[in-house]
Amino acid sequence: MRASSLAESRARLDSGEASSVELLDASLTRAQECADLCAVVGVRPAAARAEAEAADLRRREGRLRSPLDGIPVVLKDNMVKRGEPTTCGSRILESFVSPYDATVVEKLEEAGAVVIGRSNMDEFAMGSSTESSCYGPARNPWDRTRICGGSSGGSAAAVAAGIVPAALGSDTGGSIRQPAGLCGVTGLKPTYGRVSRWGLVAFASSLDQIGPLACTAEDCAWLLSAIAGHDHRDSTSLPEPVPDFAAALSGDVSGLTIGLPRECFVEEGVDGDVLAAVHAGVAELESAGARVVEVSLPHSRYAIATYYLIATAEASSNLARFDGVRYGRRAENTRDIDDLYRRSRSEGFGAEVKRRILLGTYVLSAGYYDAYYRKAQQVRTLLRGDFEQAFSHCDVLATPTSPEIAFALGDRSDDPIRMYLSDVYTVTANLVGVPGISVPCGHVSGLPVGLQLLGRSLDEETLLRIADAFQRRTDHHLQSSPEPQ
Amino acid sequence: MARISRQQVDRIAELARLSLEGEEAEAMERDLERILDYVADLQALDTEGVTPTAHAIALATPVRPDEAAAPMDPELVVSNAPESSGTAFVVPKVVEEEGS
Repeated sequence: MRASSLAESRARLDSGEASSVELLDASLTRAQECADLCAVVGVRPAAARAEAEAADLRRREGRLRSPLDGIPVVLKDNMVKRGEPTTCGSRILESFVSPYDATVVEKLEEAGAVVIGRSNMDEFAMGSSTESSCYGPARNPWDRTRICGGSSGGSAAAVAAGIVPAALGSDTGGSIRQPAGLCGVTGLKPTYGRVSRWGLVAFASSLDQIGPLACTAEDCAWLLSAIAGHDHRDSTSLPEPVPDFAAALSGDVSGLTIGLPRECFVEEGVDGDVLAAVHAGVAELESAGARVVEVSLPHSRYAIATYYLIATAEASSNLARFDGVRYGRRAENTRDIDDLYRRSRSEGFGAEVKRRILLGTYVLSAGYYDAYYRKAQQVRTLLRGDFEQAFSHCDVLATPTSPEIAFALGDRSDDPIRMYLSDVYTVTANLVGVPGISVPCGHVSGLPVGLQLLGRSLDEETLLRIADAFQRRTDHHLQSSPEPQ
Repeated sequence: MARISRQQVDRIAELARLSLEGEEAEAMERDLERILDYVADLQALDTEGVTPTAHAIALATPVRPDEAAAPMDPELVVSNAPESSGTAFVVPKVVEEEGS
């Protein structure tokens, strides 16, 4: 049986129709039925059962911790949980067991959510298709011959296939929003700093952000309220108080202005049917009372280049820690310490991770720093200016989440640039730090299309309000992926 | 014109402590060449006088009272080490004895 949405699961728990243990059992059974998706790469049935039993006891005793109490979830395999494996989809971490909890894991536990396991991802979150995982590629529940997006592809596929009502992912250049869009679920990248990165294995520290994937904007609001907030262990986490995000969901979009960046709606490089679905989605919001204006992001054509220079530079530095000494894989029979570093890293990392470490090392190296890395940081400033200018005319921006529907497995494996262009609409939000959400807005050839909304810094409330209003008026998010033959 | 040579690929691989064998090195050289071609677009943009952005949201370095807190249990810290001795990480010898 498929897991229902978080709100429906809560209703079933509240009415006594189901217990938390029953929801967990259904999730574990569904995970087995959908094993071919390779969405969930590690389950913890015994520990999760004890937690679900505790949640049922709290419910009986009227001591519920939060709206998430007793709800099964999965975590992307780059968030650490004490005493349990975290691999980041990499052979280099195949035997790693975390000695501590990520802040989001502590917060989910405080909220009573039941973590059933870890979801598949591109190795170290470097990818747009969840094909580079050491566990093998994850598949799209809508068409198992196609990718589910990435890098949080396992989380998106697990929600889309009805394994769990909700999941956490991380988003460095679109890694929550893009798979959410391609799998027909709702995915939110919060403002940079809104959610603590403590215990998230770092890819590009100035871009990484954790966020929810779920069936609806409302479900994302509940999850975001549970995981957001200042954390003294992450010096980039923001001190601002956390609003009650669900309280912002009024269903009313009148008086709000939606900006369409003209550079994102040119027909070059984007599927015409995808564009039509996005236009129809915007028209729906307009008929609900929102005003639509055209705006410009003049530097957006430089976003992918800027992103890949900055993200790889930061990654080359962050991944220096995997040296075969303190944790992770160590090569055998090494001659000396340098040989140990080189061989442990060369055996442990996959091709895309090596490619990005090399590019990052190159752009930071003497003689190239100014031409590449510093230049990219300057363009990042120009992109921030574009957004400031655009947000003086509108409250949110609307774009496609991805330029096309999910492509076939293996289709982009030999072409890094084409793979990188999957993120053309999503990377800018990370460079600028603003929040973004992807909501299902239609189907093309039977596969989901995502509408992306980007908001002002710290204004997830407006994003969620518009996304929720859209879902009250449409049923794209209610469509289920087909059952396998 | 080639943007990156095989010698440069070997040099950055050495800096990054990665060893690339045969075909792998060729593939990386080809991929890096294409990626550098793609990002060369940025060079056309005039950024004279533009302040670089390192972080999207500028925060001052937060400070906290300088108070000792309990550290993580050292045995737990080394529990993931491929090789350890007591509470120490074991690595191959890195300093040769004098005269050896």
